[in-house]
Amino acid sequence: MSLAEETSATSMALKNRNLLLGGALTLVFLGAALISFLWVPYDVTQMDIANKIKGPSAAHWLGTDHYGRDILAMIMVGARTSIAVAVVAVGIGMLVGVPLGLWAAARRGSLLDEVIMRGNDLVFAFPSLVIAVMITAAFGPSATNAIIAIGIFNIPVFARITRSGALTLWSRDFILAARVAGKGAARISFEHILPNVLNLLIVQGTIQFSLGILAEAGLSYVGLGAQPPTPSWGRMLADSQTFISFAPHMALFPGLAILLTVLGLNLMGDGLRDIFDPKLRRGRT
Amino acid sequence: MSLLQIRNLSLSIHGAEILHEVSLSLEAGEILGVIGESGSGKSMTAFTTMQLLPDGAAPRGEVRLDGVDILGCTEREMCAIRGRDIGMVFQEPMTALNPLKTIGDQVAETVLLHEKVSRAEAQERAAEALTRAELPPEKFPMSRYPHELSGGQRQRVVIAMAIALRPKLLIADEPTTALDVTTQAQILTLLKTLVKQDGMAMMMITHDLAVVADMADHIAIMQKGRVVETGPTEQIFRQMQHPYSRALLAASTHAPERDPKPQDSPLLEVRKARRTYTLPAKTLFGERRQIEAVKGVSFTLKRGESLGLVGESGCGKSTLTRAILGLEEVQSGEILLDGEPVFTGHRPNDAVRRKMQVVFQDPYGSFNPRHKVARLVVEPFHLTPEVPRAEREARIAEALTAVGLTPADAHKYIHEFSGGQRQRIAIARALITRPELILLDEAVSALDVQVRAQILDLLADLSERYGLSYLFISHDLSVVRTITDRVMVMKSGEIVEEGPTSRVFDAPEHPYTRALIAAAPRLPEDAAA
Amino acid sequence: MLRYTLTRFLSLCLSLAVASVVIFFAIEVLPGDPASIMLGVNAQPDTLAALRAELGLDQPMVARYLAWVTGLLQGDFGISYTYRTPVAQMIVDRLAVSLPLALYALGLTVVIAFPVGIWAASRRGSVGDVSIMGLTQLGVAIPNFWFAMLMVLVFAINLQWFSAGGFAGWDAGLFAVLKSLTLPAVALALPQASILARVMRSALLDTLSEDFIRTARAKGLSRRQALWRHALRNALIPVLTIIGMQFSFLLAGGIIIENVFYLPGLGRLIFQAISARDLVVVESVVMLLVFAVILVNFLVELAYAAVDPRLRAR
Repeated sequence: MSLAEETSATSMALKNRNLLLGGALTLVFLGAALISFLWVPYDVTQMDIANKIKGPSAAHWLGTDHYGRDILAMIMVGARTSIAVAVVAVGIGMLVGVPLGLWAAARRGSLLDEVIMRGNDLVFAFPSLVIAVMITAAFGPSATNAIIAIGIFNIPVFARITRSGALTLWSRDFILAARVAGKGAARISFEHILPNVLNLLIVQGTIQFSLGILAEAGLSYVGLGAQPPTPSWGRMLADSQTFISFAPHMALFPGLAILLTVLGLNLMGDGLRDIFDPKLRRGRT
Repeated sequence: MSLLQIRNLSLSIHGAEILHEVSLSLEAGEILGVIGESGSGKSMTAFTTMQLLPDGAAPRGEVRLDGVDILGCTEREMCAIRGRDIGMVFQEPMTALNPLKTIGDQVAETVLLHEKVSRAEAQERAAEALTRAELPPEKFPMSRYPHELSGGQRQRVVIAMAIALRPKLLIADEPTTALDVTTQAQILTLLKTLVKQDGMAMMMITHDLAVVADMADHIAIMQKGRVVETGPTEQIFRQMQHPYSRALLAASTHAPERDPKPQDSPLLEVRKARRTYTLPAKTLFGERRQIEAVKGVSFTLKRGESLGLVGESGCGKSTLTRAILGLEEVQSGEILLDGEPVFTGHRPNDAVRRKMQVVFQDPYGSFNPRHKVARLVVEPFHLTPEVPRAEREARIAEALTAVGLTPADAHKYIHEFSGGQRQRIAIARALITRPELILLDEAVSALDVQVRAQILDLLADLSERYGLSYLFISHDLSVVRTITDRVMVMKSGEIVEEGPTSRVFDAPEHPYTRALIAAAPRLPEDAAA
Repeated sequence: MLRYTLTRFLSLCLSLAVASVVIFFAIEVLPGDPASIMLGVNAQPDTLAALRAELGLDQPMVARYLAWVTGLLQGDFGISYTYRTPVAQMIVDRLAVSLPLALYALGLTVVIAFPVGIWAASRRGSVGDVSIMGLTQLGVAIPNFWFAMLMVLVFAINLQWFSAGGFAGWDAGLFAVLKSLTLPAVALALPQASILARVMRSALLDTLSEDFIRTARAKGLSRRQALWRHALRNALIPVLTIIGMQFSFLLAGGIIIENVFYLPGLGRLIFQAISARDLVVVESVVMLLVFAVILVNFLVELAYAAVDPRLRAR
């Protein structure tokens, strides 16, 4: 992106309400996760049976759970788990998926392309929950399994989007010019294709990040993700279920945390797409 | 009173003025040619007449069709007028039709919309319209889908849709720009015939003076949202008043001054080059079909020569170009540059490839938008031995200066340049390795006429200064005529005629060459700027 | 068309074959011996060996794979290690809950998403469009099991319109079944409907900016007519793709939602099987889910061809 485009993108970013709101929400939860390393209102490993299942109060802003643990502190520490799982899973998806997509596009129409794409379809047939079930059946439940399960599911997502973005680029004249200059497919892929699909990847990355948080919550909820005593949002919701009729706050706040984080990331993704995608940009003016 | 009367029409879109006080009139049975370069507002004039404007458009002034105040019509009234009183034909036939509906249904839809007739009768009327558009249902069943037709055939479907109800006015917006020369000639003849048969009026919008020269009764020339000159065609061509019109005409007929000095030694030799592709089988167990894109082509390009390669789309010229550039290997035959093969042992020979460069058609798609000009221009150095940094800088400055830009432009991004400037940068990129041969692949086809004239001058000048040889690949005969010494005509993978440019154009021997030259639109002989 | 269908079908078979290999070996390489789990820690070595022989565990891996696949093809899913009953029967019982749930949710998704997406696209930029799109943003972000818990709280515990959980069984009649499946289906469908409505809207807007829509308008079609007669069918292709993918999310999501509502579906079965290390059951249920996803994708590809003549020609 050029300087001129960059400045216009910056001013557009400031005007883009989706991006601002989404960015703010994301920052809040990212901040909560980071702060939790330094300070939490209460120790989340400490039970306080005397104060169990209390509603929000001055001492416990969001109330306490069935062991008397502070829910705000649990949510802050739980944010770490969610974010860590989602980030690593997106990382796995990108690290494996993007090179595969670039490679498939560079050899479009070949047997290799076919194998990569069919392999992708096959992985798509295993929803991340199913992969998690298989891994758990093998090694027992843990946060690592959740990461691997979500990460594997992310691979074909990134491979596909990279390939389709790369394919449109491969038909452009500037790629032909690079080929005439004698550059090989690998070099062209990294020098010319990758920087031009980066926008797509950033947008997809935010979306997969939010999906990762949802998936982690779901897996923890059914006990296939992070194990106690590691606090996680999904686990908190599972624990709250028994008490839902008389202690709805135990279910409300962790759920809201998930909802707002995912909402923030999605809004940010939409905002970024508006800024990156010139086709949509034209449509708006 | 005129059939179409446009008076003092101004149009702004989101506050930006697109049209300024445009006045035009058109009689029934007449053809009005509206001419202008990109951004002149000629298409917007047409869309205002149809009231098919983008959001935020605010037209002012008066548009009357047969007395009806178009700008005063409600959207509902316009829906009744569109298709019935005004028909429209668009530039891009490949995307103008709904891919999921049969051509018969799409034409019949026009009839069903405006007249209370049965489905069967509408189909009958559609068949009639298609027949009039020279796409008779006996040969082209109405159950066909758009993807089963060629570009020219699809344009005939669009025309059938537009004329099915015999409208009073037909608007054609660059209807032949996306088509081959011979197809263009057929479509233009068809449009003329239809106008005569139905006595309808036609507004023909084009960037090409020659296209309207022998079909329009009146001509209007537009520049930056204004009509700068209008009048009867003959009169306009005999003496143009406005400086812009004159510049346009001069650029259309411009031939750069050239002083070719071809030497006897061959630079590029192509011997019996053959390239076939295998297509996927049509039926499950059917045979895989072979397409012979290049069928044993041989020719020689001499050092210092400018050689033209002319042909319509699908004739194999692109395949041949790719083979010469070393992007694809030919299956048999040889391609030698300076006596050395472009491919050795199934690998492109880099030492040979660096002696040639290429300039492509699309000034917008030819550059990585993320790199600065300096980096874009040095890309061909990839094939040469390491060039020291200081020399690189000097070479970039030299190349940019040679093409009429400044060394300071090296630090800009490509989107800061206009289409013509980008094409100059593309030429600078081709010059940087000081090649002996430059392939110009439709290099001026996407440019407006005035810019095209400048680039042609530049090319002529550069070939003289650097002793360059050109292989000029194009579908545009008039351009090839002005810039080449010799020309080859290619059809279905073969070169059907070859000879000195003036001889081939003045006395074509092969029937296909004759057809091509006859089909090319021409400006009147006595046209004077 | 025939060629297209056959190649798609071959690809379906190939996918299933590869998937079965992946599943079988992923689960077979696991540590832990089912026989010793079934008999407990104090089992005698000779009883253990006898059981291993009975379960076929002493056979080489490839032979066991082939036996498993041959069984699957004949509808024989093996014998559960823990319950000692045929897995096929267990799965059929559970499918009677899970499949209707997924289909119910899919139906709701489509019924909600289509009108909403079309309505928003036809009023692009209006207050209605903006607010609906804002709501779908919430719908996409909401975790379905949490939404399910909130609905239980409101509709089952407070209002008492629905049961908080459990499944009445098909013998209790259709109404009772609907009563126990409606909340779970809504919980599953709402986020997916939000996604689908957004896809529908943007696919329609993309199509509406195509050249052929302009051609249609030049014929005299109003915006509305152009949308219904020309844009909708063209927009259907991306929408079909998403519907296909959503089915797999609904099946998998069902596993989680069944937990919220204590529904005796495949989800409950698979979690019981995991904790009991009943690998035959895990293997079979996973294979079944994957089979369903691959089959739905095959159907979606056939639907493409029904929509698009360019694919039919192949």
